[in-house]
Amino acid sequence: MTVLRTSWGLSLRFRPRALGVGAGAAVLAAGFGLVALGSGDYPMGPADVLRTLTGGGTVAEQFIVLELRLPRLVTALLVGAALALAGTVFQSLVRNPLGSPDILGFTQGASTGALVVVVLGGSSLALAGAAVVGGLGTGLVIYALAWRRGVHGYRLILVGIGVAAILTGVNGYLLTRAPLMEAARAVLWLTGSLDGRGWANAGPLLAVLVVLAPLVLVGCAPALRMMELGDDAASALGVPVRRLRLVLLAAAVLLVSFAAAAAGPVSFVALVAPHVAKRLTRSPGPNLLPSMAVGAALLVGADLVAQRAFAGHQLPVGVVTGVIGGGYLVWLLAMERRVGRL
Amino acid sequence: MPARETAAPPSRRGRRAARAAGLVTAVALLAAIVVLSIAVGAKAMPLADVWSGLLHRDATEYAVVHRMRLPRTLLGLLAGTALGVAGAVMQALTRNPLADPGLLGINAGASAAVATAAAFLGVTAVGGYVWFALLGAAAVTALVYAVGGGRGATPARLALAGAALNATLYSYVSAVMLLDTASLERLRFWTVGSLASADSATVTRVLPFILIGLLVALGAARPLNALALGDDAARALGARPALIRAAVIVAVTLLCGAATAACGPIVFVGLLVPHLVRALTGPDLRWLLPYCAVLAPALLLGADVLGRVLGRPGELQVGMVTAVLGGPLFLWLVTRRPVAQP
Amino acid sequence: MRPGDSRLGGTALTLAYDQRTIAENLTVAVPDRSFTVIIGPNACGKSTLLRALSRMLRPSAGAVLLDGRDIHDLPARKVARTLGLLPQSSIAPDGISVAELVARGRYPHQGLLRQWSREDERVVEESMAATGVDDLADRAVDELSGGQRQRVWIAMALAQQTPLLLLDEPTTYLDIAHQIEILDLCARLHEEQGRTLVAVLHDLNHAARYATHLIAMRDGRVVAAGEPASVVTADLVAEVFGLPCRVIDDPETGTPLVVPAARRRATTLAPEPA
Repeated sequence: MTVLRTSWGLSLRFRPRALGVGAGAAVLAAGFGLVALGSGDYPMGPADVLRTLTGGGTVAEQFIVLELRLPRLVTALLVGAALALAGTVFQSLVRNPLGSPDILGFTQGASTGALVVVVLGGSSLALAGAAVVGGLGTGLVIYALAWRRGVHGYRLILVGIGVAAILTGVNGYLLTRAPLMEAARAVLWLTGSLDGRGWANAGPLLAVLVVLAPLVLVGCAPALRMMELGDDAASALGVPVRRLRLVLLAAAVLLVSFAAAAAGPVSFVALVAPHVAKRLTRSPGPNLLPSMAVGAALLVGADLVAQRAFAGHQLPVGVVTGVIGGGYLVWLLAMERRVGRL
Repeated sequence: MPARETAAPPSRRGRRAARAAGLVTAVALLAAIVVLSIAVGAKAMPLADVWSGLLHRDATEYAVVHRMRLPRTLLGLLAGTALGVAGAVMQALTRNPLADPGLLGINAGASAAVATAAAFLGVTAVGGYVWFALLGAAAVTALVYAVGGGRGATPARLALAGAALNATLYSYVSAVMLLDTASLERLRFWTVGSLASADSATVTRVLPFILIGLLVALGAARPLNALALGDDAARALGARPALIRAAVIVAVTLLCGAATAACGPIVFVGLLVPHLVRALTGPDLRWLLPYCAVLAPALLLGADVLGRVLGRPGELQVGMVTAVLGGPLFLWLVTRRPVAQP
Repeated sequence: MRPGDSRLGGTALTLAYDQRTIAENLTVAVPDRSFTVIIGPNACGKSTLLRALSRMLRPSAGAVLLDGRDIHDLPARKVARTLGLLPQSSIAPDGISVAELVARGRYPHQGLLRQWSREDERVVEESMAATGVDDLADRAVDELSGGQRQRVWIAMALAQQTPLLLLDEPTTYLDIAHQIEILDLCARLHEEQGRTLVAVLHDLNHAARYATHLIAMRDGRVVAAGEPASVVTADLVAEVFGLPCRVIDDPETGTPLVVPAARRRATTLAPEPA
């Protein structure tokens, strides 16, 4: 823990290790990004990519890097950061490492919204919009159901699991209602994919992140750290527990929904990124900023693997995050005798 | 969560009588639903015709009743019983009210194995699925228990391991479906969970596995009661925790693997029925298991009949109906009572 | 008691969880600079009362007054600088060190641009010294013994620097030596730092020995309140706890000591069970 103080009463506190982890993950994400921008049907070296990014290069290179590959990369970075932030907030709020949007049902809600559009037919914009509506609607339902006697962390998980199970059934049914080609498109979307993502996908998510990230990181983080001590202790320290929980849940659900609208419900980033960040920073307390950097690096790296792992076949990124993320978590559980309290 | 007795506890003998009477009522309910399941279908049939179709080989209804409705009903009975009992013993073993063959990844393991068989090994018949499903279920049960179980395991650790495996395996299944459209066409119906493809070959194929699984599970009821008090207390009472665990794992594998192979992953029955039943019988497995064995197929068949009636002229898959029907019940259950922390 | 003597109290409180009413028309006052202990049998509403006094539970009727104002009208942080609480169940985040946990008690005094002042640092060190956990500063909280852990949580509440400190069953789950250690610590905080302490305790004799003011409750009512010597009588113990007993002077402190009445012995020993 390092403290910066000035003579006029300003004092800032930070952990050098957490800062280092955040910076390291950001550098890693940038490195992955550079490789991603250079790879594809028209391969380019990192130097060429950098030259093109700073305004040089041929017209063709400009088009390929800036118009085709950059939007996908930016979407990946934003989705990774948004999911990781939401996941950290969820896990911290429900005080349970299982408390990720995949398990609490928000992801399934977004998927239901999107699938309805697939079955009824609609543009990709309508699909994104429906995903947001589905996610937010699910958030509202879960909150309303878990509200009695105050939103208790454990009750929220139970309700979330119940809602997720219902929606999984509905989603499976919707999938059988669609014509085969549409069903294939829907499965692709449900897995989470960055294929063909453009600025129209990244834009809304960027806007949401610009508003919500400062709100969460600056406005709520200290209070969230107190919430880890239990509702009573946090409340005794002057944290308005109920209001804070409502604000944070709303922020996290918005982040998940918009991330799903941009790239589909990419699995496991929200669950794994906070765990990785926590292990690397060795710090209790929600590691919001390091988690975001880890999430971004994770998703960009996974997308790189998805594009290059199988020659001729492009896998959707969600498959890679699912396999890597799930495998990582299993390994983590196997290696670590003592796992976080639940 | 053990049910709390709200009324003054009746005498032991009175309770036994009440429980026995309840079981008889449950059996009557199941019998009524079985009749419905045979009588109701896409083609509406008067009861007299159903009866003659059942008994007379030369009746016009013979084919419909014997080739379709009878196997379907039998399969529903078997799968329902298997899932309900598997859920109950799993919850008892892990001391975790959320333990469910679906949530712990066991059904996902069976699904992944079946997807592999369908896509890469050219297996298309349900008869062929069984061995793969059993293999997958066994592998995941062993893995989830090795990773999240063993000595010093907490319920939450097990659930976390299950969630990790679930996400990983379902990513794999969607990858398979994406890479191979033919598999998608077959598996998208199978993954919802349905009794529609039942025939007598399927029934005879899974019957032995489920029967053996049921016998092992019922035999483990008494020692599991002892284990519910904790390993040390169980040892003090003369039980052998390691042996009981092994037996339960074998039983769960057989039950879940066979049920999943035959009808696809049906998530909710194993979670919900033991919950509901515990409110009637209390935590004693010697009563809980028979009740589950009767009421779980009643739920599954009832949902199937409902799906056939509501979905006319087609039908709604039973997995979707149990989710939509059982989900709210589960939510009501978890929001009704104060929730105990695990 | 004159109204000016009490910064914290409740008037005509009705306390309920959902529809279950725990207490009705309950009026209590915590005398300033007292060590007030609330006693009573299980489920008499003593912890519920403490939760109401500490703003954790909103009364369905009546009001808890802090410095003459309804505690729910005051901003949360302002309350947290006046009134601290040691809850019955707190969660130490994984791997957190003692010093870090105690430092979290400074939250109500911190802000966006004032995250860790020299004052914060000084108060945390003092709090750890006062509770005797300064040697453990860098240890992880989950490695500590129950007694040590409880002292760390008290240190955190102390770091909050509140004139009023509420403790919900601070000695539960501790062995007898650690119980006395915690209560001695409370008494010292009360005497040396002049804080007003309110605690819920299970052990009647501990309450009688350490409290300067006792509140005895049963079935959601205050049965008696006052100095231990006047409250702890054989009649009152029989009324509140349903326990026949004798009350004698504590040979160590002279405070009342409750000695439960002996049961009549069986005249012959039962045979050993087969």
